Amino acid sequence: MQSLLQELPEFLGYYNLYFLIEAALTTVALSAIGCIFGALAGFTIAILRHTCTWVLLLPRIFAVIFTEFFRRVPFLVTLMLCFFSFQLAGIDLSLFAVAAVSVALIASAFLAEIMRAGLESVHRNQWDAAASMNFGLIGTIVHIILPQAWKVILPPAFGFFVLFIKDTALASQIGVIELTYAGKVLNNKGFSAALVFGTVLFLYFAISYPLSRLGAYLERRLALSRHR
Amino acid sequence: MPYLDIAELCADYGSQRVLNRVSLTAEKGQMLGLIGPSGSGKSSLLRVLIGLLPPASGRVTFAGRAIDQRNPADLRHVRDRFAIVFQQFNLFQNMTVFDNVTIAPIKIKKRPKAEVAAEAEGLLAKVGLADKLKSYPDELSGGQQQRVAIARALALRPEVLLLDEVTASLDPELVSEVLDTIRLLASEGMTILVVSHEMAFIREVSSKVAFLAGGMVVETGDPRQIFDAPREARTRDFVSKILRH
Amino acid sequence: MGYTLQYGQIWPYLPALLSGAWLSLQIAFLAFCGGLFIGTAGAAFLTFGPIWIARSVRAYVVFFTNTPQLVQIYFLYFALPDVGILLSSYGAVLLGMTINAGAYLVEIQRAGFASRRASEMEAAETLGFTRWQQIRYVILPHIAHTLFPPLSNHYILMTLGTSMAAIFGVEELTGVAFNVNSRTFRSIEVFSVTALIYVLMTLAASTVLALLGRSLFRARMRVI
Repeated sequence: MQSLLQELPEFLGYYNLYFLIEAALTTVALSAIGCIFGALAGFTIAILRHTCTWVLLLPRIFAVIFTEFFRRVPFLVTLMLCFFSFQLAGIDLSLFAVAAVSVALIASAFLAEIMRAGLESVHRNQWDAAASMNFGLIGTIVHIILPQAWKVILPPAFGFFVLFIKDTALASQIGVIELTYAGKVLNNKGFSAALVFGTVLFLYFAISYPLSRLGAYLERRLALSRHR
Repeated sequence: MPYLDIAELCADYGSQRVLNRVSLTAEKGQMLGLIGPSGSGKSSLLRVLIGLLPPASGRVTFAGRAIDQRNPADLRHVRDRFAIVFQQFNLFQNMTVFDNVTIAPIKIKKRPKAEVAAEAEGLLAKVGLADKLKSYPDELSGGQQQRVAIARALALRPEVLLLDEVTASLDPELVSEVLDTIRLLASEGMTILVVSHEMAFIREVSSKVAFLAGGMVVETGDPRQIFDAPREARTRDFVSKILRH
Repeated sequence: MGYTLQYGQIWPYLPALLSGAWLSLQIAFLAFCGGLFIGTAGAAFLTFGPIWIARSVRAYVVFFTNTPQLVQIYFLYFALPDVGILLSSYGAVLLGMTINAGAYLVEIQRAGFASRRASEMEAAETLGFTRWQQIRYVILPHIAHTLFPPLSNHYILMTLGTSMAAIFGVEELTGVAFNVNSRTFRSIEVFSVTALIYVLMTLAASTVLALLGRSLFRARMRVI
């Protein structure tokens, strides 16, 4: 304990703090960017799974397989698959981008399920009324379904984003300079592990806990304002 | 040649045959009343016409043109000219009354906004809801919502209006305001296919009545003939049970 | 580029991968049992204990569910030696996963306890059941019915979570995959096979748990 207190001033020096804060921002950005692209892809998958035409049968089957697959593979393995795929295909992407793609893949699988539940939460008769007035699939979703479904989709989707912030710790394995990697760097520099990883744990907490409270607040507000 | 000609129409809902070789005709400006016990296929017929239930076989001809509801181009053609009002009103919950009525004419039919807005206000005044333009569906009573649904259907300037048990979900005291609106439309010459249990109303306003049971047309004819002197035994049976009230 | 997929080179390592998968299942199972013990005790303290214990349990739950399991294990593995506690990588992973699981399971168990219905207990009491009989015949079955789905779900998540043990050199499935990769350099092949094994493993586990749930607890659970 004594040595910890002795280390503290040097540890909390300007450069280290800047390094840690930047790494923390990278962590949040990784989850956010991955989840945003994952949401777009997930939305497409959710709409695709809602169609019934035989023309889209193969894409639908692919969508189901994709969703069930990426929900059952650990993030570390997906990360490795992406990392080596890009490398062997000769595509030069930054490590952050590779990690973001991995996050997006998994996020799209989970968010597709969340959005599917959201679309199905809108009563069948809304779809019927829109169809009978010649709204196409896109028109129906944009004007009628989405304005009603977003309240059901947003809380769990936001919750997933907050959850995934913790999983981004694994991106340190391919060298992305996020919070966990920063911890390892500082530990290698000579600072005691307890101090370093304790601080990293605290920083993750400082990011995750307020966001999860925000998510809970969002959920309460949206549940109240939902019609019927 | 009849305005609307339905010939040998068959449709299935899952493994159940809900329409079994149904043949009916309707003339322009007529009101065709469809009566029968629950599950007789009356609502299914309307749903097939508007394309919410695919037909298994049969022919539908409208204004001389053959319609196959399984063909996307034909379906768009039909939905452009027919409008349906549902038993559960099916108003868009996320929009005001005014937006509910104007959205399809503006977005789908691509009519100019000002023109649609003026017409919408006129229609809502006609159904007695001029003061509810900015209200949301869940702020209105059932009867009011159904009248909005009728205004919404009329805003599409349909050639044929399909009414699917539009008073069945309403409290009794709200039924007459909706029936009055329908009576008005019939008197103005709108072609209407109406499925209903309001027998007195059907008898009074329809030009022609068809009795369906078990997915088949049992008898069609003049309203007075169907209700007062039915030819078929099943029709007699049904009518006597209804009119005993 | 000229990279051709050669799954044949991976084939001889399949037994090693499968035994790694078996280790993954074992780690998940042990950590789950430990976590369940902590979870039950913690939930009991939360629901019935004095306020200062409840607050401590709450703090434990909030902290461990808002920080990454990986960093928790890092802490155990690298920081504990400074106070003289040397854990093997297997030990650190097991301990870390247990403590982490405990936090989530306290939450799940708490919800389970809260689902007990006073009316059921009163009815049992009036029928002459003793306190112990009430718990055994009325409350536990109902709670088990409520708890089984979320507990099963978390167990599946933990099975996937064992993958980070590879980072510490533990030779569970992902760990073996890393080894095979560094030996054969057939990265795509080995990791895609690994992914497939995880999918099949979790599908099998989901199915078994769903069947167990339906027959023993009449809990309605979906596999996919």
